[in-house]
Amino acid sequence: MLLLILKRIGLGLITLFIVSLITFVGVEVLPGDACTTYLEREAYGAALDTCIKRLGLDVPAYERYLDWASNVIRGDFGYSLSGEMPINEVLGPRVKNSLVLASVSILIGIPLAIVLGIITALWRDKLPDIMISTITIFSMTIPEFISATLLILIVAIWLGWLPGIVIIPSDATFYELLSNIILPVVAISMIMTAHMARMVRSSVIQVMASDYVQMAILKGVPYWKMVFRHVLPNALLPAINVVALTIAWLLGGVVVTEVVFNYPGLGRLVIESISNRDLPVVQALAIILASIYVGINLIADLMTLMLNPRLKSLQIRK
Amino acid sequence: MSEIIESVKNLSIGFNSQKGKQISILRNVSTNIKKGETVGIVGESGSGKSTLALAMMGYIKQGLFPLKGECLFKSEDLLKMSSRQLEKIRGRKIAMIPQNAGQALTPNLKIGYQIDEALKLHTDLNKRERDKKISELLNKVRLPSPETMAFRYPHELSGGQQQRVAVAMALAGKPDLLLLDEPTTGLDVTTQAHVLELLRFIAKDTGTSMIYVSHDLGAIAQVSDRIVVMYAGEIVLEGPARKILKEPIHPYTYGLLKSIPKLSLAGLPASMPGSQPQPGSINEGCSFYDRCNLATDNCKKNSPDLEHIKELDTNVRCFNYKELINQNNNLQTSITKKSNNSEANEVLKLKDVSISYAKQKFFDQLLNKISDQNPTVKDINIDIKKGETIALVGESGSGKSTILKSIAGLLKTKDGQIKFENDRILSSDLKMRNPNDLRAIQLIFQNPDESLNPNHTVEQILSQPLKLYFNLSGEELKKNIIDLLKKVRLGEFYMSRYPRQLSGGEKQRVAVARAFAAKPDIILCDEVTSALDVSVQAAVLNLLQQLKEDLGTTYVFVSHDLAVVRAISDRVAVLYQGRLCEIGPSQNVYKFPSHPYTEVLLGAVLEPDPDIKPKLVAEDIVEEKPPEKGCSFQGRCPRKIGDICNSKVPPWQIGENGNAIRCHINIEELASLQQ
Repeated sequence: MLLLILKRIGLGLITLFIVSLITFVGVEVLPGDACTTYLEREAYGAALDTCIKRLGLDVPAYERYLDWASNVIRGDFGYSLSGEMPINEVLGPRVKNSLVLASVSILIGIPLAIVLGIITALWRDKLPDIMISTITIFSMTIPEFISATLLILIVAIWLGWLPGIVIIPSDATFYELLSNIILPVVAISMIMTAHMARMVRSSVIQVMASDYVQMAILKGVPYWKMVFRHVLPNALLPAINVVALTIAWLLGGVVVTEVVFNYPGLGRLVIESISNRDLPVVQALAIILASIYVGINLIADLMTLMLNPRLKSLQIRK
Repeated sequence: MSEIIESVKNLSIGFNSQKGKQISILRNVSTNIKKGETVGIVGESGSGKSTLALAMMGYIKQGLFPLKGECLFKSEDLLKMSSRQLEKIRGRKIAMIPQNAGQALTPNLKIGYQIDEALKLHTDLNKRERDKKISELLNKVRLPSPETMAFRYPHELSGGQQQRVAVAMALAGKPDLLLLDEPTTGLDVTTQAHVLELLRFIAKDTGTSMIYVSHDLGAIAQVSDRIVVMYAGEIVLEGPARKILKEPIHPYTYGLLKSIPKLSLAGLPASMPGSQPQPGSINEGCSFYDRCNLATDNCKKNSPDLEHIKELDTNVRCFNYKELINQNNNLQTSITKKSNNSEANEVLKLKDVSISYAKQKFFDQLLNKISDQNPTVKDINIDIKKGETIALVGESGSGKSTILKSIAGLLKTKDGQIKFENDRILSSDLKMRNPNDLRAIQLIFQNPDESLNPNHTVEQILSQPLKLYFNLSGEELKKNIIDLLKKVRLGEFYMSRYPRQLSGGEKQRVAVARAFAAKPDIILCDEVTSALDVSVQAAVLNLLQQLKEDLGTTYVFVSHDLAVVRAISDRVAVLYQGRLCEIGPSQNVYKFPSHPYTEVLLGAVLEPDPDIKPKLVAEDIVEEKPPEKGCSFQGRCPRKIGDICNSKVPPWQIGENGNAIRCHINIEELASLQQ
């Protein structure tokens, strides 16, 4: 088991290494370099020289990669050109904001999705299922930039209950954030919850049709006990990986939603740094987002392993 | 007369078709279960036997509903009870032993918990008493080390052990009535015999009534006091087990018994024409009319009632049953088959073939080192003559299908050679074989549902090999397809049908036709009749034999069913753990002296005859790996003589009957031991 965990971690590190190489090489092969791209027409003379010196562009590429990589490992992502400050300082509040948005959405969306999924499966083809399923299909198919805009129009402009866009500094406190994130959370949860509820529904239906559930009924197990003991643990197991992907997607910045609501999270930072041609920040974001995906998938895999007795003993026997 | 426990009265169960028509799959069924009695319900797939059994627990599958009638358990109608009331009866008064225990045990719960759940629901015992009871129950179903067994998950047990756990779970509530839905189907022959023996013991020990549902008359014959025969949702014959099996007076039962291959008979079983009608397709007349050779005009128009015949204590649904009384000598006959020419040349030779599933480790591969010293299949030497049917038999894990796959080129051999025609070595890599060799060896799979593409019509399915190997097109292609269909006794109109529009037997015929489309020299048959009903199985076996006699094809026939193998094959090779135990002409392999493993297998075969009891001579242990040295059967051998069996691979001995046996015991001594 330990060996397996180490193996998975090793594979994750290799993935990250490859990602870092690709982003580095990608930036290298672009015409010009970080400084000429950023400075554009002013890329000459003293300004260019200081920039090159600051970013250390005067040494060979492989040296710069090693230098950059070792700094990243120590947690230093370099210097942001547009922010004119260390990238770490730019990232700090953004990461915090994205975390807040993601965790509130997760805490509301995932339990809701599971409950809705179970209800629709147990009352399959009856009124609750038909109603919920219709709603989920709608919220799945409407793209988020439309649903978000509609939300702003209805709740913020017509009703005037909540602020339409987030107008807080990127270093706002948690409480300041909370009242501002209600609409973004709703917009994100709509899609996420709908997707997951439908998945949970089909998974529960599949398990309900299995031989062992029929057996439990014929054994005289009361309905709800059967649902909680025999159905749910087996039906929710495959959901773990989907939940993990959703979390990674949320943490990685829900770009469109953040831009519509002007939310200062990682997603908007991606857009900003690309339009500012701030290549060091783009590079840093690429490696951070990759680490989030790798890390969360690793956790999901290990959880599935722990919870599924079948896989667990298989691994031990090996 | 003893007390009636459950009685089914005029029960009909059905569903609404897409056209809004009400279609019944169980029609007017009435029967009684007495205290302490074991009733066997037998029928082919689609006869409604499982629906009947589940209704007897008050359970109707989703989509179905009762149309009329009642299921009275101790004079209360189960079909009218609330789910609360049913919870009190299920598991406590009536318990179920399911068909496939591997899938009927909840995968995330430990064995002990699942038994404890039944105890908690249906007894008043406290925690300590329940723990004791769990051990007792596991002990009763003869599971090894019952104390530790409770802490295992279902997937950690073998198929036979899972079935035993299901039995223990059913016994937990001390039910008055046990319902068994095909409890031994899917188990190995020896395991099946052991589980049946356990069930018989439990019935006697606890005095519980049992309803035993199965398609297998062999299993039914071993346990039942009374037998109910179902056909197309109706009871067609009901009476004492012995009477039904020895003197069946309904033409369907008669035909069914004749279509079962028997160990004592060398030839092929007689087949019944046609197949069971689909629910909803019977409008008037007897449902068996199409397939019956006693049918008259009366049968076409009127459907017979279940008639009670006092002197035989039997109910029968047939106008002409009298013609079958005293006709029973005919049951013990079979169709003799032309045996092949023993002078023929060898067409396929397996020489020292070994196959390993172990993946070579990366570094071993680099160093070209062979890592697996104990391969799944080892040292197989078989010479197959042209026009011969050679059968490979053994339980699951015996390597029989593995060998078949490597002949087909689907699995690479580790060692040894496969030689085809004039000792030409066939590459073990499919991609290296030339097109003509690929054409010459064809494969028929076990399950036609999975081997036929559901999106292709029969015409498309059959045209593929014809286009690929012979470049046929247009009229010629069509003519060839019609010819092929004719060969497998299917009409021209089948061309436009999709597999889902065919019955199981028809699908397998299409699969046979596809194999013959390539005009092959050798056809590899992988359990081709295992998924079919008995009456259909007999028809497919006869078809295969007929085609072989006409075209001179060679068959390599893999099966776990010794009776089927007896019927079709000229020569038999018995395998255990990927090693050959015995090989010889089939009439001799089925005679003593035998290899101890063959002896165990033959003893475990269930015959549809209450007077032939299986002989259980070896434990039904499941071995995961072949032993590293010595005889492959050392772990289970009832005739083991000592250390030599563990250390030395036994020599081949040729008996006077011409069968070769690999055993340390002298062949004459074996003969006298087995008398």
